[in-house]
Amino acid sequence: MAPLLRVEELRLYFRTAAGPVRAVDGVYLEVGRGRTVAVLGESGCGKTSLARAILRLLPRNVAHYSGRVLLDGEDLMDLPEEQFRQEVRWVRLSLVPQAAMNSLNPVLRVGDQVAEPLWLHGRVRRPEEARDHVAEALRRVGVPTEFADRYPFELSGGMRQRVAIAMALVLRPQLVVLDEPTSALDVLTQANLLNLLKTLRWELGTSFLLITHDVATASELADDVALMYAGQIVEFGPAERFLTEPTHPYAQALRASVVGLREERAPQPLPGRPPSLLNPPAGCRFAERCPARFDPCGQAPPLVPVEGGGRVMCWLYTQEASHAR
Amino acid sequence: MPGDPLLAVRGLSTWYELRRWGFLHQGWVRAVDGVSFQLAEGEAVAVVGESGCGKSTLAKTLLGLLRPLRGEVWFEGRRLSTADDWRWYRRRVGYVQQDPYGALPPFLSVRRILEEPLVVNGVSSPSKRRAQVVEALEAVQLVPPEEFLTRFPHMLSGGQQQRLVVARAILLGPRLLVADEPVSMLDASVRAEVLQLLRSLQQRHHLSVVYITHDLSTVRHFCERVLVMYAGKLVEQAHVGDLLREPQHPYTQALLAAIPDPDPDNAKRLRPVPPGEPPSLVRPPEGCRFHPRCPAAIPGVCDRREPPDFQVRPGHVAACWLYEGARTVTVVSAAEGAESR
Repeated sequence: MAPLLRVEELRLYFRTAAGPVRAVDGVYLEVGRGRTVAVLGESGCGKTSLARAILRLLPRNVAHYSGRVLLDGEDLMDLPEEQFRQEVRWVRLSLVPQAAMNSLNPVLRVGDQVAEPLWLHGRVRRPEEARDHVAEALRRVGVPTEFADRYPFELSGGMRQRVAIAMALVLRPQLVVLDEPTSALDVLTQANLLNLLKTLRWELGTSFLLITHDVATASELADDVALMYAGQIVEFGPAERFLTEPTHPYAQALRASVVGLREERAPQPLPGRPPSLLNPPAGCRFAERCPARFDPCGQAPPLVPVEGGGRVMCWLYTQEASHAR
Repeated sequence: MPGDPLLAVRGLSTWYELRRWGFLHQGWVRAVDGVSFQLAEGEAVAVVGESGCGKSTLAKTLLGLLRPLRGEVWFEGRRLSTADDWRWYRRRVGYVQQDPYGALPPFLSVRRILEEPLVVNGVSSPSKRRAQVVEALEAVQLVPPEEFLTRFPHMLSGGQQQRLVVARAILLGPRLLVADEPVSMLDASVRAEVLQLLRSLQQRHHLSVVYITHDLSTVRHFCERVLVMYAGKLVEQAHVGDLLREPQHPYTQALLAAIPDPDPDNAKRLRPVPPGEPPSLVRPPEGCRFHPRCPAAIPGVCDRREPPDFQVRPGHVAACWLYEGARTVTVVSAAEGAESR
């Protein structure tokens, strides 16, 4: 069966005074039905831009936007903007934005905000109907229904985050993009929210695309991990493999730099920094920092299928590597 | 005197006054409320807690930026009471800020940023200043120093900026560094680098470090002891290994249980989390401040009387009535913990 979402050769460049910034540069990604894919990457690697490119929430300074975004086999890139707004965004694909708890409208009551997508997309006709829907949406995310009459400032950060999730789920979309859902929250609130997201996954069967910089957060939710570096997905595959035996040298270095609470080993820093996205190197973008660099790395690496599913963008897993040895 | 603590804090309280219209007293926010601990020379302690628990207020008090309402602060055997004492003390403390970019003036070059504290502190010879600046840059591995002197903060990566902040903090040869969330703004791969730098400076210069953090997973390799803070109080103090292996206070236990390790099985199970949220610091609950959320709360005890520090084992104390049989202590010294190892 075809995956729910399939992204091919997606590119999103921004126009700046210094030239185009290649925030998303040829991304290939798949999200299976009912599965959660974590897009993992460090700050500035383009992961939020990738989310915006998928949802077509673009700023004004777009220099280039191309590729294929297939939802249920239908290419969303072909749809005119108005049709995309009416039929796709929030109906089939929705977003919990970064720092969602601060993205609520401060002068609207919580219940009215959650009801807004229902009105705009003509799902309800009478206020009582909307109220019932809202009550159900809030109950689903563990917010007491009487909070519907409150304003966002009367709620704690964790509760506001839940309201934002309720809003994203209220039209029952097939795929929800979660942009750093827990990064601004405390440890215990974070654990609580991750528990909620896990339960929602199990109960609703919704697919999630989780954008995060934190390996541990990814491990809490992800079935698959897409590791992003300098605008590209360098490794894609089952979360289990990423967490235990990462393939790409960057994935290995990233795993070594992060230690868990119960791990005894010392963290290994990764020297250097990612290349500028203004004019990234023509070859492998990680080559400069890579301990396994060899001759072919000066050219753009291919996407190589990996045993057990997924792909890696690295010369080490090609014919060239065996010749070089 | 050897074995004497470098810094000793007893019953320290820093409260913020709440006022209406700028003058009518409304109450107090008890951000730091009766905190006692000691710090030995060359020792690093981590202060761990969630946002709003008072850990940054504690850092600011230790930096002399906020004057405590109550309690004693002793440094090198001298009690800090007058403004002169605090001024003397502040020269001996370095500050590593949370957000490196925000902490560095954007229009000053690296050279100017590092010379400024020397000028303020009366190092008048330019050649001497330059030598000290170069030495500080070398100490934080911003090498070759000549290359960095003329740069501006925006030309440095996040990790380099934070190292510059560290260079500035150690420039005047402090005895104590207070690092307030020094790596929370950095990427995972850079965090380890900055923490290792702080650790090596601590060991090389025999510095003491107070490392404020919300992230327990980074403490193991970078400090000797951990102080756990909840709602303005220290609830547990222990050596880092003991604390991670056998946390005693129910709050510490909950905190540790909530932190995921990068483990593929995480996605298959829910994590235990205590209900509720931290209390208001204006009207904290009576008794133990964690009792409304505590799974082990003893009715009639925990909600009535405030728990003292019970010594669970040498160097390991928990402010919790579950350990009522144990002896109580006023201040835990680092030496005690060292004996037990």
